[in-house]
Amino acid sequence: MNDMMNRTPSGFDLSRRRLMLGAGAGALAGLSPRAAHAVLKLDVTQGNIQPMTIALPDFVGVGLQDPETARAITQIITGNLKRCGLFAPIDQQAYLEKITSIDGQPRFPDWQTINAQALVTGRISRQPDGRLKAEFRLWDVFAREQLTGQQYFTTTENWRRIGHIISDAIYERITGEKGYFDSRVVFVDESGPKDRRVKKLAIMDQDGAAVKYLTRGEELVLTPRFSPTTQDITYMSYGQGEPRVFLMNIETGQRETVGNFPRMTFSPRFSNDGQRVILSMSLQEGGSTNIFVMDLRSKATTRLTDTAAAIDTAPCYAPDGTRICFESDRGGQQQIYVMAATGGPAQRISFGQGKYSTPVWSPRGDYIAFTRETQGQFSIGIMKPDGSGERILTSGFHNEGPTFSPNGRVLMFFREPAGSPGAQLFSVDITGRNEQRIPTPSFASDPAWSPLLS
Amino acid sequence: MTSVMRIIRGVKLAAALSVVLALGACASNPADQAGGPGGPGMAGAATPGSQQDFVVNVGDRVFFESDSTQLTPQSVATLDKQSQWLSNYPQYSFTIEGHADERGTREYNIALGARRSQTVRDYLASRGIQPQRMRTISYGKERPVAVCNDISCWSQNRRAVTVLNASS
Repeated sequence: MNDMMNRTPSGFDLSRRRLMLGAGAGALAGLSPRAAHAVLKLDVTQGNIQPMTIALPDFVGVGLQDPETARAITQIITGNLKRCGLFAPIDQQAYLEKITSIDGQPRFPDWQTINAQALVTGRISRQPDGRLKAEFRLWDVFAREQLTGQQYFTTTENWRRIGHIISDAIYERITGEKGYFDSRVVFVDESGPKDRRVKKLAIMDQDGAAVKYLTRGEELVLTPRFSPTTQDITYMSYGQGEPRVFLMNIETGQRETVGNFPRMTFSPRFSNDGQRVILSMSLQEGGSTNIFVMDLRSKATTRLTDTAAAIDTAPCYAPDGTRICFESDRGGQQQIYVMAATGGPAQRISFGQGKYSTPVWSPRGDYIAFTRETQGQFSIGIMKPDGSGERILTSGFHNEGPTFSPNGRVLMFFREPAGSPGAQLFSVDITGRNEQRIPTPSFASDPAWSPLLS
Repeated sequence: MTSVMRIIRGVKLAAALSVVLALGACASNPADQAGGPGGPGMAGAATPGSQQDFVVNVGDRVFFESDSTQLTPQSVATLDKQSQWLSNYPQYSFTIEGHADERGTREYNIALGARRSQTVRDYLASRGIQPQRMRTISYGKERPVAVCNDISCWSQNRRAVTVLNASS
């Protein structure tokens, strides 16, 4: 844990170590974090959670070029914790104690008075070498003890990630689950009228901030998906000639086509080890669409389904890589099937009314999320990989294309209400609660969540 | 080369659009907009064998029922006329664009559009059109021609359009 080095996507090193109160601060009776664990905890598996009240006074800034940085990082953490639905940040106006140092204990009675169950204090300071040092402590106010403390060193360009990483540390300490805040979302930015739509690939932090465009809108681009292991995405593009599946490195912008398929390829997704891309190709015979996989190193291509006259598409690997879920209309209309990653017989798992499509396997392996179309409504739902336990999370005129957060607790999808000029991104917990709109600069669709960056 | 192609394609699209607009201004039946015989006064305006002639006097598109790739009798009639015209003017190669309405999910609609364009291609081939003149592409639900939120638009968007390439 100590001095753990994490390679960030930008190529910066982000070092992390446990932050303990120093000998000089003294006052803390040596309570271990383990002892405190039972005191302040949220069970995220329960649908109806009373959010934990938490106070987040502005982090102390020391020698910063931009004094607003410390406050901005505090706001990122506050926003993340609030949006996840498990925390209720208390308005700063109510705070009694002004935090000017994080080296000693806070005045617990002041925080108890305003009913803060948890308190986060932090400090952002500029190092002689120009890097930022970020420290924070999470306090159990009523037990009067520190639950966790960490410090990180990073370059100033990484300042937003500091906020996300601290958010994850707080989430993990309180819920006992991995967080999902230090992650990004690639999506399709949409502008212009519907019959002359311009679509661009874009990437942003999971909170909707720091949007960066990856294409300029000259080509129609669809369905971007993240590599689980590298800074690459795969997507479909209508460039010159046949529409195809491409790879793009999001750091360098370099792109290449996936394989040398004779006909249109689409609906790509990486395997969990990042070594293969699974996709569908439309075939001449019977106008069918079948599923293929290409090994990115050897370029060897394998055909996985051979269904005459059927549409097999939207394939997605299970996190252990042994199975694939996909949609097929081989039985008459779109349903979800599961088969071995090597192909062979497929088992239908969706049996409710209507059509099921766009299956995605949770990174935890416990659920498959999907789009379901019934009676003119489009819903987002989840079911277990054997098809049991189906639960609809949201329904309406048009909801489509769920993608799981890295910890499998949240889905992002796109929604377009009837009569609306375009779609927007939303998130919802897999409990069906806590629906949130994700702000984007324009209309947006086809979101795909990255793995955790650190 | 490619930019020239793009310009030609743009001009061609604009021409086709203006024709459709002129015809479709008060048309309620999508078949009328497909350029069935005789928009009043328009038929005479198109030079025989021109792209406009094909759009206006033959009809460049066929429509499908929801989530279907079956050719309707009306579509068969249009495709019979297309194959006749295309036999008369063998200098044209062309692209069959398959489209879906917006009431479906993205990947499936791409596959559905592909299946529709393939259905049209197979039919034209069965009427004697040489396969090497034909190319297919699917746009799924990405290129609607009619934008509204009811069936009057969706039924116009479920289509396969025969787009002539510049004559060679």
